[in-house]
Amino acid sequence: MENQVELIIDSRSSNVGLARVTAASFASQLNFTLAEIEEIKVAISEAVSNAIIHAYQDQVGKVKMKLRIYEGQLEIIIKDEGQGIEDIEQACQSSYTTTDRMGLGLAFIESFMDKFELKSKLGVGTELRMVKVPAQEKQQVN
Amino acid sequence: MEVNCRQLTNNLFIELEGEFDLHTADYFSTEISNQLTTEIDNLILDLDGIEFIDSSGLGAILGVYKKINQKGGNIGAINITPQVERIFEVSGLLKIIDIYSSKQEVLDKI
Repeated sequence: MENQVELIIDSRSSNVGLARVTAASFASQLNFTLAEIEEIKVAISEAVSNAIIHAYQDQVGKVKMKLRIYEGQLEIIIKDEGQGIEDIEQACQSSYTTTDRMGLGLAFIESFMDKFELKSKLGVGTELRMVKVPAQEKQQVN
Repeated sequence: MEVNCRQLTNNLFIELEGEFDLHTADYFSTEISNQLTTEIDNLILDLDGIEFIDSSGLGAILGVYKKINQKGGNIGAINITPQVERIFEVSGLLKIIDIYSSKQEVLDKI
């Protein structure tokens, strides 16, 4: 089964919950446990919050969330057209923070998702791709 | 998110209900800062009603911890759900916040 959804939201904090609930609902088409769905919600929340805080700062822009199910896995792409990240390596360090969010956003994403890739270009925007496979499916493969 | 505070001797009990994220973190910080009188030594978080927390929520808790810690006080938590406890654990927040099994235990030990 292949399926996909796109959601475009304004970069407002009131929309973070909507992105989370949409992703959780979509993800429930796969055999994720409730704990895994919670992990997906945290990853979405961190990714969308990053776009709101860092990409657009005091301005309002668009954040695009693409959700796709294929080959038994969930792919999530969060894309913005904000200011971009100057130093991706530094941004990925768990101690790195530009706000009071403990610098944990990307660390949570790394812990809770199976794959995570970050692409960014200054002045153009940032794209975060995450993939998660239900633990039940991984056990069957192994 | 709802933040309900009440003072019990030198402790501030904080009942939280709802989703604790970027949208609600500033509200939490402001509400608690407004309640932090000189009589308050410790903060006790009742997390029973927390449906979701991410790093924005954790950052807000860390912010009030720093304020209470400067006064020599502590933060304790009761009624933590397994999902929230996991987030606390992964973040390292359990190193600074003690989890108690009941309101009585936290009052006795904090």
